Amino acid sequence: MSDTVIQTEKLTKRFGDFIAVNEISFSVNKGEIFGFLGANGAGKTTAMRMLCGLLKPSSGNAQIAGFDIYKQTEKIKQSIGYMSQKFSLYEDLTVLENIRFFGGIYGLSNTQISLKSKKLVDELGLQQEAKKLVAELPLGWKQKLSFSVALLHDPKIVFLDEPTGGVDPVTRRQFWEMIYEAAHRDVTIFVTTHYMDEAEYCNRISIMVDGKIEALDSPSHLKQKFKATSMDEVFYQLARGAKREE
Amino acid sequence: MYSVEVKDISKVYGKEKLVAVDHVSFSVNKGDIFGLIGPDGAGKTSIFRVLTTLLLPDGGGATVEGFDIVKDYEQIRSRVGYMPGRFSLYQDLTVEENLHFFATLFGTTIRENYDLIKDIYVQLEKFKDRRTGKLSGGMKQKLALCCALIHKPTVLFLDEPTTGVDPVSRKEFWEMLKRLKAQGITIIVSTPYMDEADLCDRIALMQAGKILSVETPAHIINNYGDLLVEVKADNMYELLKVLKEYKKALNSYAFGEYAHVSFEKEIPGDFLPFLQQRGLSGIFMAPANVTIEDCFIKLLKS
Repeated sequence: MSDTVIQTEKLTKRFGDFIAVNEISFSVNKGEIFGFLGANGAGKTTAMRMLCGLLKPSSGNAQIAGFDIYKQTEKIKQSIGYMSQKFSLYEDLTVLENIRFFGGIYGLSNTQISLKSKKLVDELGLQQEAKKLVAELPLGWKQKLSFSVALLHDPKIVFLDEPTGGVDPVTRRQFWEMIYEAAHRDVTIFVTTHYMDEAEYCNRISIMVDGKIEALDSPSHLKQKFKATSMDEVFYQLARGAKREE
Repeated sequence: MYSVEVKDISKVYGKEKLVAVDHVSFSVNKGDIFGLIGPDGAGKTSIFRVLTTLLLPDGGGATVEGFDIVKDYEQIRSRVGYMPGRFSLYQDLTVEENLHFFATLFGTTIRENYDLIKDIYVQLEKFKDRRTGKLSGGMKQKLALCCALIHKPTVLFLDEPTTGVDPVSRKEFWEMLKRLKAQGITIIVSTPYMDEADLCDRIALMQAGKILSVETPAHIINNYGDLLVEVKADNMYELLKVLKEYKKALNSYAFGEYAHVSFEKEIPGDFLPFLQQRGLSGIFMAPANVTIEDCFIKLLKS
C-alpha cells in the first residue's frame, strides 16, 4: 500500500448539470510512468486539476502522495511538480532567476537553491545560457529546463500536461529520457500527450472518454484486448464513440 | 503548373537579427496538399505570413497563383484562404455572425459559396447562435476553416490546424482536407506531427528556418538509405541505454513500443550477443518500416 502514490475512488466533478469527470477510480504506483489519455474535452484537465489540489471534487475520494484531496491540498501541492506546454517558466527571467524563483516558491533554502542551480545547469549543459533570458532559449531547451524546475523540490509525483507539443522528434526523445531517469529515481510521472507513440513509453495508460475511464492497462495488454497493432488504433476505437463536443 | 512558387525567401527579425526563414525555396503544384513539416521555430508561420502577403520577406520572392507577393498583394488576398495557428475569429460574435462577416469582407454571401463549406458547417449549424468564444476547440477549428473558405479561395493556407488536437479529431480534419482537395483547392498545411506527412502529396521537412528536404513522402522514405531495425526487450529503459553504447550502430532511439536502430548496410554479427551479454532478456529484432519521423531524425543528426 505504501507504494501507491495516487489513489482515487469514484472521483467526480460536476459543473452544474455537466459531469466533467464521472466516478473515476484508479491507482498509480511509486516510480510508475502513467499516461493519462483522452480526446479533447474528455475531462483530463479537470481530473488533473483535482489531483493537483487545485479544484475541489464534487464527490468521491482521492489520496495524493498520502494526502487527502479535500483537506490537505497545500500538502499535496508541496509534494508534486507540475509542468505544462502552455505555462512553465517566466520568459522575462533568466535561467538562473527562474530556478531561484521556483526554488523560493517551494521553500528551498538559499544554500539548497545555489547547489541545485549549479547541478541543474551542469546536467542540462546550460552553462553558456545560465544568465540568458528564458525567452531566448529554443523551445526544446525550455521544455527540458521546465521539467527540471518541476523536479527542483524533489516531488513524489510530477504532472506533465502535454509536455512535448511542437517539439522536434529528437528533442522529444531526449525529453522522454529525462522522464525515464526521473521514474528510475522513483519519481512518479503522470503525463498527458497526443502523441500515441509516447503512450507506448508509459508503464500503464488510461483512456478517458466522456468523463469516464474506459480503459486502463499496460500498452501491450490494451493492444491485445482491442486486437490492435498500435495505440493509435486502440485510442481510435475508444474515442471514436465519444458523444461530447468538449 | 505551380500554384505557389517560393524562391530563396529569407526573413530576419529584430535587433538580434534572428533568422526565422533562411533562403527557402519550394514550389507547390496546383491541386496538391503540400505539407510544411517541422517543430516550433522551424519558420513555418513566417513563410505562411509572407505568402499570404501579411509580411514582407527580407530577401527572395514568391508568387501565388502567378501573382507576385509584393506587387500583386491585392489579387493574392482575394484568392487565398488563411487559417492562422492562433484562433483569430471574433469571440464576441456568434458562429453565424463570424461567417457572415468574413463573407461580406470578401464581397460575397454565405449562400453563394455554401456548397464548399456545407460538409463542415452542418456540424456547426446547431450552434450557429452561440458566441464563438463559448465553442469547444474542435468547433472553433471547424468554424475557422469555414471562414477561410467562404470566399472560395483557390489556395488554402492552414497553419498548424491540428496542433494539440486529439488523434480522432485529427483524422476527421484530414478527411475534410481530402474533400477540399477533391474540389480542386490547393492546400498548404503546416504540422509538427510527422505522421501527418504521409497524408500530403509533397512535403518540406523544416528545421530552424531551413528546408532539409522537399519531396513526396514516399520518395523521402525510399531514399532513407540506411538499414533500419526495430528492437524490443523486456526492459526498454535498459535497452535504450545499452544501444547507445553500441558503437557500430549509426543511431538508436525510442520509437513507440520499439527502439529503432540504424546500421550502414547490415546488422553486425556481434550485435545480438552484445545485447545478451549486457543482461537484456526477451530480445526481439526485425526490419523496421521507415517512417517520415525516422527520416527527419536522420536529417537532424547529419
